[in-house]
Amino acid sequence: MWDMDAARAALPVVLSGFGVTLLATVLGFAVAVVAGLGVALVQRSGVRWIALPVGALASFVRSTPVMVQLFAAWVLVPGLDPLTLGVLVLGLHYATYLSEVYRAGIDAVPKGQWEACIALSLPRRRVWRAVVLPQAVRKVLPALGNYAVSMFKETPFLSVITVNEMVHEANAFGSTHFAYLESFTLAAAVFLIASWPTSLLVRRLEARLAH
Amino acid sequence: MPTETDHGPEKVRFDRVTKRFGEQTVLDGLDLTVAPGERVTLIGPSGSGKTTILRLLMTLERVTDGVVHLDGEPYSHMPSGRAGGKLVPADERYLAPRRRRVGMVFQQFNLFPHLSVLANVTEAPRHVLSLDADEAAARARDLLGLVGLADKEDAHPTRLSGGQQQRVAIARALAMRPELLLLDEVTSALDPELVAEVLDVLRDVAAGTDITMLCVTHEMGFARDISHRILMFDEGRVLESDAPERLLDDPEHERTRAFLRTIR
Amino acid sequence: MTGSGTDVFLSELGRALPGIGRGLLVTLEATALGAALALLVAFALGLASRSRAVVVRGAARVTVEFLRGTSLYVQLFWLFFALPMLGFRLEPMACGVLAFGLNYGAYGAEVVRGSIAAVPAAQTEAAIALGMGPGLRLRRVVLPQAYVLMVPPFKNLLIQLLKATPLLSLVTIADLTFAIDQLRSQTGATASAYLLLLLLYFGVAALLGAGMDALERTAKERLGQEGRNA
Repeated sequence: MWDMDAARAALPVVLSGFGVTLLATVLGFAVAVVAGLGVALVQRSGVRWIALPVGALASFVRSTPVMVQLFAAWVLVPGLDPLTLGVLVLGLHYATYLSEVYRAGIDAVPKGQWEACIALSLPRRRVWRAVVLPQAVRKVLPALGNYAVSMFKETPFLSVITVNEMVHEANAFGSTHFAYLESFTLAAAVFLIASWPTSLLVRRLEARLAH
Repeated sequence: MPTETDHGPEKVRFDRVTKRFGEQTVLDGLDLTVAPGERVTLIGPSGSGKTTILRLLMTLERVTDGVVHLDGEPYSHMPSGRAGGKLVPADERYLAPRRRRVGMVFQQFNLFPHLSVLANVTEAPRHVLSLDADEAAARARDLLGLVGLADKEDAHPTRLSGGQQQRVAIARALAMRPELLLLDEVTSALDPELVAEVLDVLRDVAAGTDITMLCVTHEMGFARDISHRILMFDEGRVLESDAPERLLDDPEHERTRAFLRTIR
Repeated sequence: MTGSGTDVFLSELGRALPGIGRGLLVTLEATALGAALALLVAFALGLASRSRAVVVRGAARVTVEFLRGTSLYVQLFWLFFALPMLGFRLEPMACGVLAFGLNYGAYGAEVVRGSIAAVPAAQTEAAIALGMGPGLRLRRVVLPQAYVLMVPPFKNLLIQLLKATPLLSLVTIADLTFAIDQLRSQTGATASAYLLLLLLYFGVAALLGAGMDALERTAKERLGQEGRNA
């Protein structure tokens, strides 16, 4: 049954793990945002010898389990601390999702915008930076938000490579104090408390940008 | 059930019906009676509440105030057993059997895209009237013949022209053998060259049946041909009501004259 | 990776094949059962969240947010480690199927709700004009059209579910990941083992995806939407 003392003891442990969870989410998502854009631009570059393999690799990473990718990187890439490695693997995994989001956003910029740029003889860099990307970003923001929340809830996977994020800490506390009920319930509550308002925020953003 | 009979025989009666959408008043205390077998066309500027009348009769909207009657009994409302026979808004159970007497053809056809032409027509007879498959199919084939689409029964609705789709929609509505048929701007979404085929079918229906019809249209020739009576609407009220030749050729009100000029 | 390592790997692979096959079956079983439960949950919660009764709608929304918000990983561990402390012990596989079904079912509920909402209101009006009651309208008119919109997002969720199944190996289930991890530790051929594992998941995901694409095609043909885009 629920033991209040155990819960009191577990809370600071779980919360300290939550700090690592947040850090991993922020860093991992930063990797995903940048690398995802890179993948999307390479795929649209029209340079087939690089666009095709990058596209194939992205679709391979996208449709295989991140947990196995973490295991593989853990034993195959030596010399990186678990958090850095985890952030990179999780970030690159999500980059393959985000590249699709960017692609859809770029495709959603009307053809007339590109034609207007040609009519104005804008240089290619300007077309992307001043015309296409600003419009695409508005369209992709809600999807990015959803993926950020989703990544946040997937950070527990990092515990398989010993990153001491929240669920890792909850698990450790649970096994040493035989208090799984308290530690995992607290971890679940923290996830809920943190992710619910964030997804509500994303939904409002979605509604606002829809106009 | 208590009914008022001092209006004479009636199919439809609107009793001081008001309909508001938010701030906007679309119908303002409307009184309107349609006799059984009567064919009435509603004309007037857009936003004058004509379509709302049809949608109220199809129970797609609820009245804000007043009562709609069908066949001499309350329709938008029902007598409440508890409140001593006072009228309360009708619930689904009260509406279901009464609504079956009413059919509607929509401006945008609204055929079911997941069903073939034949299945569109048999769907409601089979599942609402519980006809068996053969009976429903026979009825549907008769009607598809009537609207000139006997050879299209296996076609997919989206493969048909707008005029053909609307003729299927007419057959679909008739398959329920409605006593009251509502026609809501049935040619407004059609390319001009497809209007005649739909109106011809409806002329045949009007000539061959005694279905009560309420029709909203901008096709004055058609209105003249089929209507017993035309109602001119403006700002949620009936401005004037008369036989087609009188109202169309010699209207009383300047607004009616002005409106008729704009659509000719 | 050395040549001899590869040789050991290949010879061990032959002997390990039955075990890998069993692991693959366990993974497929968990995916199928989890997806079936998720579908059930998705329709129950999705339809409830469109109910006209505020209580039903509210309860459905809270349940969806709760199931989505608490992380699949935590849900599975909670069922496996914490639930026994309340006196209920479930088989590990039951924990897995329940966690997958509830979590992905909650995401699926949003798909069901959104797809139903995306069917034009005019279709419901046409059904009312034909005298159809609410149940008949939903079953015969709205759901057949919403179904087409549901298939692509359901495909994504199904592949996400498959990709989450390696979690089973963390709760003592001998799934595909577990089987190949054993092969890896026996042979030491880490790279080959993980590459094989990823390729197997990739293959299963591709098959599931192709199946869902076929479903989408036939559904679109029924709505007459093919051809027009082609």
